[in-house]
Amino acid sequence: MNDLTRRRLLTAIPIAGAGVLGLGFWKMLGGMGRGSFDPHAINAPILDRPLPDFTLPGLPDQGEGFGAADLRAQTAPVLLNFFASWCIPCVAEMPELRRIAARVPLWGIAYKDKPENAARFVARDGSPFTRVGLDQSGMTAIEWGVSGVPETFLILPGGKIAWHGTAEITEETFNRKIAPRMKAAR
Amino acid sequence: MIFGPEEGHFALALACVLALAQFIIPLRGAARHDRRLIAMAPLLAVSQLVALALSFFCLVWSAVHDDFSVQNVAANSSIAKPLLYKITGTWGNHEGSVLLWTLILGLCGAAVAAFGRNLPAILRARALAVLGGVSAGFQLFCLLTSDPFARVWPVPPDGQGMNPLLQDPGLAFHPPILYTGYVGFAVPFSFAVAALLEGRVDAAWGRWVRPWAVAAWCFLTCGIALGSWWSYYVLGWGGYWFWDPVENASLIPWLTGTALVHSAIVVEKREGLKIWTVLLAIATFSFSLSGTFLVRSGILNSVHAFANDPARGVFILGLLAIVIGGSLLLFAWRAPSLMAGGLFAPLSREGSLVLNNILLCSICAVVVTGTMYPPFMQLLFGKTISVGKPFFDATTIPLTLPLFGAMAIGTLLPWKRAHLRPLLRKLRFAALAATVALGVACWTLSGLLPILCAVGAVWVIAGSVTDLWVRLGVSAGSFSHSLARARSLPRSAFGAALAHIGVGVTVLGLCGMSQAQHAIVEVKPGAVETLAGYQWKLLGVHEAQGPNYHAMIADIEISRHGHVVTVMHPSKRDFASQHQTTTEVSIRTNLLWDLYTVIGDRHGSGADATYVLRLHYNPLAPWMWLGGLIMAIGGALSLSDRRLRVGAARRTAHMNEDVVSS
Repeated sequence: MNDLTRRRLLTAIPIAGAGVLGLGFWKMLGGMGRGSFDPHAINAPILDRPLPDFTLPGLPDQGEGFGAADLRAQTAPVLLNFFASWCIPCVAEMPELRRIAARVPLWGIAYKDKPENAARFVARDGSPFTRVGLDQSGMTAIEWGVSGVPETFLILPGGKIAWHGTAEITEETFNRKIAPRMKAAR
Repeated sequence: MIFGPEEGHFALALACVLALAQFIIPLRGAARHDRRLIAMAPLLAVSQLVALALSFFCLVWSAVHDDFSVQNVAANSSIAKPLLYKITGTWGNHEGSVLLWTLILGLCGAAVAAFGRNLPAILRARALAVLGGVSAGFQLFCLLTSDPFARVWPVPPDGQGMNPLLQDPGLAFHPPILYTGYVGFAVPFSFAVAALLEGRVDAAWGRWVRPWAVAAWCFLTCGIALGSWWSYYVLGWGGYWFWDPVENASLIPWLTGTALVHSAIVVEKREGLKIWTVLLAIATFSFSLSGTFLVRSGILNSVHAFANDPARGVFILGLLAIVIGGSLLLFAWRAPSLMAGGLFAPLSREGSLVLNNILLCSICAVVVTGTMYPPFMQLLFGKTISVGKPFFDATTIPLTLPLFGAMAIGTLLPWKRAHLRPLLRKLRFAALAATVALGVACWTLSGLLPILCAVGAVWVIAGSVTDLWVRLGVSAGSFSHSLARARSLPRSAFGAALAHIGVGVTVLGLCGMSQAQHAIVEVKPGAVETLAGYQWKLLGVHEAQGPNYHAMIADIEISRHGHVVTVMHPSKRDFASQHQTTTEVSIRTNLLWDLYTVIGDRHGSGADATYVLRLHYNPLAPWMWLGGLIMAIGGALSLSDRRLRVGAARRTAHMNEDVVSS
């Protein structure tokens, strides 16, 4: 390679780099227009991945808390629900959760809540949760990619997350979205 | 009305047409060596500025006269707003700031037209044409997607008012200074493109470009320092730099701009690094452009809110593709044929400047990577991650340490080839100072990186002082002899030393801030907290009514060893009409450390009420911005150097011959 060719190649690097960056930006802008690219997204859903590590304390009078190891040790699918006593949709979701709890073990995580408030909320009309943990700092919720409450995850035996719902769930969503995935896992 | 919004809109459209003419006519004139067309370039640049200034004045006029039929005024101003903020508020929003941006670009063009009389006519015409082209593009952007003069019907009786956070003198003047820094690099850019079109870069080109780059660099330095200072005293987090994309967007061109200012010296003195300097000139302005405008497209996740609009983003991207892509394409095509020159040994002034460039550009590459990594990770792999302080600290600091090492040595080296022995002799004082600094730092600072950085900073300052010492011949001759040498020594030598000292001061400030102590406490009036050897006592909290807010003001008494040092009054303002609260930080400084207090929420009421207080002890905090100011003053001092103002006419005659002979 002679000197001129070498210089030609070197001086072409900047335009190539700028081109790649520009193409990326073009794709991002297109994605933003379609809604498929959100630069403000904080954490990706952790679907089809092993669940993240955590250990949470329990609520007063609601038994011990739980951690990732307890979820991984399960031999049947578990539904995990993030809730808070200060969240109106969570209040509305409670009766539905009680019905669903008859068909699948339901575990709960109280999100950014005071222990006594969360305990009172859970116990008021009979707790739907098999086990409850308290995530007072909200750090576990960040690990799970929770953006608000209520949100629900379906965890298959072995600790794989099979479904993530970002609104309150009803029996209908359970039948349509969750039950088929539980059946497929069997 | 003479200065109504319609007149402003028309003036902007007129400026756009003039800018387009400024792009086309001089380029054609330069290609055909047509003197009349070439001579039109400065005229067009000045008239474009007049039209732009008129347009901008109309917008200010509308804001000052509360013309709420202008949507931009209705959305950002209100009758009750103080006059100062009515004026400065015109550039506190997207549309107005784009107009200000183009105004400053117009100002740069006119400055080249006015102060570039000693430039070769063809080079100046081409540079003005490039500036005109860029101007036309962004005025078109302003007219088509971000019209500051858009009307609203029905006319609201009062405007929505301005975010109270932005009603601050520091922020009012931050954008013009920062934009002048960003846009100022358009001039070196235009010279670079003009030189590529001409196919020649020589020492004279370096001498023409450097003052413009230094001027823009001074403004950018001030702008960054001012923005950092604003976030320190307004936001009330006690922080000064957050590695936010918008902050990085200003730091990236500053890094390449600093490299440019240095590499242009090599072009000027030794005709070396020519291709590299041209690339830096293009890159710096490209980063300025991308930084200012990509932030507005919403691609980068930033706390700085601009109205995000993907359609606007597409226009910007197209514009950037033309300006940046076009110039880099020209670079790839023409740069290989530029003749290299100026051979030098590794241990020489040139060698140290090359090292400086490599390190600055590496830091820049790291910052670019850290800023671009999250959006590209998300685009390519669908992963969302955030890159923050730990990454930037771990990657940039190891690169700055050798930079400090080279900064002190570089100025002491002669051109072409240096010898180790005299260099080491000159460095004795700096080495001694650094050793003493190491001892002091080990005693006062905790953490390896702050200690190393502090030693580096002292080394840089001592090196700069040594440089002046040697040049003035203080150790060799009498005082009057040194004074005589000081008079004959170029001001740029003083400027360079001062700017380097400024870097050292800023770094010492950063080291000090790494040792800052703070406490967040919830206390009742009367409670005493101890932090950093001071007793901080909350005397009481009272309420007060402001013009358009309700304030809660704390009285905090600070004492040391039983003596009252000061009473501070941080407050919290509640702007009920805008659903916004602001914290008014209280800062007491003695230039060595800041005492910094913030009042937060009240819990409970009556006698049981408790208050959240944030108490900060920030050692050497003022030095961070003081250093920035010293750097800018150093730059300004070197700009006032006589050699930059006279003696650049060497090539003028030669270039005019070209015109005549064709």
